[in-house]
Amino acid sequence: MTDAYLDHAASTPVRPEAVAAMTPLLGSSFGNPSGSHHWAREARRLLDDARDQVADALGVSPSEVVFTSGGTEADNTAVMGVVAARGGRALCSAVEHSAVLEPVKATGGVFAPVDGAGRLDLDALAGLLTANPDITLVSAMTANNETGAVQDLSQVADVVRSQAPKALLHTDAVAAAPWIDLAPVSDAVDLLTVSAHKLGGPKGIGALVVRTGTKITPLVRGGGQEQERRSGTPNVMGAVGFAAALSACVANRDQTVARTEALRHRLIDGLVAAAPDAVVVSPPSATDRTAGTVLVCFPGIEREALLFLLDQAGLGASWGSSCASGASEPSHVLAAMGVPSHVSRGALRLSLGWSSTDADVDAALAAVPAAVNQLRGGDPVPAGAPEVGAIR
Amino acid sequence: MKVLVMMSGGVDSSVAAALLQDDGHETVGVTLKLWGGESDSGCCSISDVDDARRVADRLGIDHHTFNFGDDFTEHVVGPYAQDHAAGRTPNPCIECNRHIKFDAVYERARVLGFDAVATGHHAQIVELADGSRRVGRGADPAKDQSYVLHMLDQERLGRTLLPIGGMHKSEVREHAARLGLRTASKPDSQDVCFITKTQGRGSFLENRIELTPAEVVDTDGQPVGSVPAVELVTLGQRKGLGSAGGAAPRYVVDIDRTTSTVTVGSRADLLVSEQPADDWQWSVDSVDHEVLVQTSAHGGPRPATIVVSPGDPGLATIVWSTPQRRVAPGQSLVAYVGDTVVGGGMASR
Repeated sequence: MTDAYLDHAASTPVRPEAVAAMTPLLGSSFGNPSGSHHWAREARRLLDDARDQVADALGVSPSEVVFTSGGTEADNTAVMGVVAARGGRALCSAVEHSAVLEPVKATGGVFAPVDGAGRLDLDALAGLLTANPDITLVSAMTANNETGAVQDLSQVADVVRSQAPKALLHTDAVAAAPWIDLAPVSDAVDLLTVSAHKLGGPKGIGALVVRTGTKITPLVRGGGQEQERRSGTPNVMGAVGFAAALSACVANRDQTVARTEALRHRLIDGLVAAAPDAVVVSPPSATDRTAGTVLVCFPGIEREALLFLLDQAGLGASWGSSCASGASEPSHVLAAMGVPSHVSRGALRLSLGWSSTDADVDAALAAVPAAVNQLRGGDPVPAGAPEVGAIR
Repeated sequence: MKVLVMMSGGVDSSVAAALLQDDGHETVGVTLKLWGGESDSGCCSISDVDDARRVADRLGIDHHTFNFGDDFTEHVVGPYAQDHAAGRTPNPCIECNRHIKFDAVYERARVLGFDAVATGHHAQIVELADGSRRVGRGADPAKDQSYVLHMLDQERLGRTLLPIGGMHKSEVREHAARLGLRTASKPDSQDVCFITKTQGRGSFLENRIELTPAEVVDTDGQPVGSVPAVELVTLGQRKGLGSAGGAAPRYVVDIDRTTSTVTVGSRADLLVSEQPADDWQWSVDSVDHEVLVQTSAHGGPRPATIVVSPGDPGLATIVWSTPQRRVAPGQSLVAYVGDTVVGGGMASR
């Protein structure tokens, strides 16, 4: 049994640059940045440096970066914060992460359909904005967390600016951030969400970019930190790790993407060769998706059973969406894209990341076809897992 | 053996997992997500899943969660509502065992390469001299669950383990406490898992089937009251019949769905010497001598002989040795010889 991690879209290993940057904060650098002594000043400097780095990587100014506890809080702050400040309701695409879907639902919001590739239907969006003049926030993700499908936010922005000039535009760029230059995206939107642990930073830290002039009502109230937009003693260590990871991610991005594209093609080619009826849901063209995420469906297979066998074979993968109990839930993303349920029931998300290797792909190409074959009534002993399933 | 143990998050299945592990089996725990609606244990029963997972962590075994919600809705919840609409009194726990635990999960376990499934039921699997197997009563008479497992066939009995069936409940709890399992003193689950105490069966059903008011009459046809929903009335029921007490206790002795009439009478009016059943199935061979027939999960078994229809072995008549109360249609009838299940079926009209 070889351990191979292909669930980088769930969380990716912490980059060494982030570990190095955070280590002093577990020791002597413990101050509260709000104080007025040298311990506090050091913490303040570390936090401000982190903010500068994050702003630089995202192509925005430091005053526009609000650190949050992660992607979910940033998404909630964007949706609820705008609706609280401006009234009305929110609209989002039907394939958003639940961190957007749920707050939009809480505003009595509207859901816009997507095409077969998972991108917003822009004509439908225009129609919905005309029909619902009380929409004050539109949220459309930059890249989808289940399929990796990428949305061109400048096109979405054109529709929103022309059909609903008073509405603000938010994008959840959590799944896009490891792979895509977000500066042009930041330019197209009013609010943008990123999360550290998807790109090699620690968990528990993310950021909401709030473009200058955009008013939001804070979700978390208290001491007025983060320029009155998110109270609470700042997570200095998290911010420092986040900034270091994001900087490393941006500095190495072209190489990482090129290497990952090669791995990805070998992975998909191998899977389709072994299971010719496999349905690759992620778009084929590199411009339409992130490099790392491969969503493939094996019709007639139960994804829970498939993941079980892959886990036993030492392969870390995912079906894309889970409920808090850990059970699989039908994917609202695949349903919105029109993928038939007998296909989507066999969904498997294999996601690559900055530390993925050829050996990971080799392991997946051994374990996945063996598991699919077993579930289709073939050999009950999965390859690469000696003794598992042997009748004694 | 490689064993998949179904862990509900309760003490019985926790100890079942521990015993399998002790016996050297390659043990994997699984918690089933069956019901996404409201339940007394919280949404998705997340706290139960947490308990099961933490017990598995403590034992050092892998734990997974399987979502069989669609199968549960199709085979248990839907039929539960439809049975009420059709005037039957279903036992959803039996249907869950029949269709989910010992069919859908059993089948998945087989495909995944497991040699056996295990549960924390208080029942035993008895192997006879001829190599055939039977469901036997659990060692703790107060907790015996052989009744709800009566449908297990030879193939399933050969690939099922019931590790705590030979223990008393107090021993199970002591064992859990000795191992430091967090479920050691967790209260037993009682009622139907998808019906909440606060909402009750009535409000659950009123969202799914049409409820019909009915007149309550005595055995002479004289009106004595009314009930808001004939679908919620069960044969033999004594309470909630809309008629004031005072006189001798009255029981529901007949439910006429076509005229929406509930007839009440004395206990004697319920007694019959024969009880029809369908879906009758012998565990292995038919038994023509006197057996003991149990008509509810914890009811006392009564002597009877089983006569199956020559034309259709699934149709049976329970011929009571002494008259017994009629059994509500839809309830299971389970035949025992001694403490061993020899057959079972479902009460019909």
